[in-house]
Amino acid sequence: MSQSHNRGLVEDFGRWREFSAGMWAWVFHKFTGWVLIGYLFTHIAVLSSALSGGAAYTNTLQGLEQLAVVRVLEVGLLAVAVFHILNGIRLLFVDLGVGLDLDTQEKSFYASLILTGIIVVASVPVFLEGL
Amino acid sequence: MSTQTPDTDETDPQAERMARKEERAAERDEASSKPDVGDDAITLKVFRYDPEVADKQEPRFDTFHVPREPGITVLDALIYARDTYDSSLTFRHSCRQAVCGSDALFINGSQRLGCQTQVADLNDSDTVRVEPLPHREVVKDLVVDMDHFYDQMDAVEPYFSPTEEPDGEQLQSRENREKIKMSTRCIWCGACMSSCNVAAGDNQYLGPAAINKAYRFYFDEREDDERQEERLQIIEQEHGVWRCQTQFSCTTVCPKDIPLTEHIQELKREAVKSNLKFW
Ligand code: HEM
Ligand code: SF4
Ligand code: FES
Repeated sequence: MSQSHNRGLVEDFGRWREFSAGMWAWVFHKFTGWVLIGYLFTHIAVLSSALSGGAAYTNTLQGLEQLAVVRVLEVGLLAVAVFHILNGIRLLFVDLGVGLDLDTQEKSFYASLILTGIIVVASVPVFLEGL
Repeated sequence: MSTQTPDTDETDPQAERMARKEERAAERDEASSKPDVGDDAITLKVFRYDPEVADKQEPRFDTFHVPREPGITVLDALIYARDTYDSSLTFRHSCRQAVCGSDALFINGSQRLGCQTQVADLNDSDTVRVEPLPHREVVKDLVVDMDHFYDQMDAVEPYFSPTEEPDGEQLQSRENREKIKMSTRCIWCGACMSSCNVAAGDNQYLGPAAINKAYRFYFDEREDDERQEERLQIIEQEHGVWRCQTQFSCTTVCPKDIPLTEHIQELKREAVKSNLKFW
């Protein structure tokens, strides 16, 4: 073979429109997992304001909770965490060899998505209360 | 077409015959370049690349119009396009019945066998877009380099090889045959490997087809325990089963409906069981 054409790796995520359910589940799971790790750092940063005393901690938290962005981000965080947990349970079943046929694995992914949606919508009033 | 230069003398009967002949040839050419494909013709868009032809060194898509016949497959359409419009259109095929595994292609965004895919069954049956298998280097048009795929298949020693030669006939129980039945169906088409995101990122990953092959022999009761242990070593190596991220892409595209993810997951559990022994 004299020469061949390498189309490169870029084509992969360029084809997101053609992803199947299992592929989306994987993308979302990685994404939500890393967002949770990212949140862990902000979480520690906020909590460590307590090192400067109880008042500083209360002020920081109250200040943050007054911001609409923070409230919205909290809803986002809940969405991310709930999806990660539900799909994580789905993946544990996959690892145990339960529900590995295409139909079940697709439906269980859609179920995690729908359940996440319901829980998030139901939580909105709580998160936005008193803004 | 004739290579002779026709005589310019009008009255020469030989020249007249030649002129008529050329006319007929031209008519035939015309007819074949614009065949009557009907109003509901299929628009076939085909990836073209040929390092040896100047205007095909940059990959491009060519469009062909193919008459819509009942039951026409994508392979039929490609054959029609090649025989009618462009004899240089290159693709592999042989059995035309999903047995040889040579025509796995990327059709309308998914890995499929050209011969097994009827145009009418596609999500878009008007425009059929055919590309060579992703994640393989393209040699020419729809032909990809399969060497790496075959290397991965060979890496799992895909043949029956008990440690000691059996004395006589070795019978397999019905249950065991059932257990490995689906895994024996692989036709080495490479669709699964091409669909796998992990395989795309890790060239050493054995890939779904090879792991499925390993499954087929690992669970074959006619091989002895020692051989099974050796097989497990290959299966659970760094670039073996643990690379699988259960994206289910391979299972989705396999034309022989092999439950690939299920087989990979089962081998992961076998690997865990053999390493974690508390009893
Ligand atoms: C009940 C809660 C949780 C469950 C059930 C869960 C479950 C899982 C499972 C099963 C996986 C493996 C996915 C795979 O097979 O590829 C995973 C991956 C991951 N999880 Fe969680 N998880 C939970 C909470 C968290 C939390 C709180 C964090 C972050 C602090 C997190 C971060 C991650 C990350 C980053 C990955 C991806 C690892 C990789 O790149 O392979 N998870 N999770
Ligand atoms: S496992 Fe299925 S998709 Fe993969 S090579 Fe074999 S037949 Fe083709
Ligand atoms: S031509 Fe043999 S599998 Fe399609």
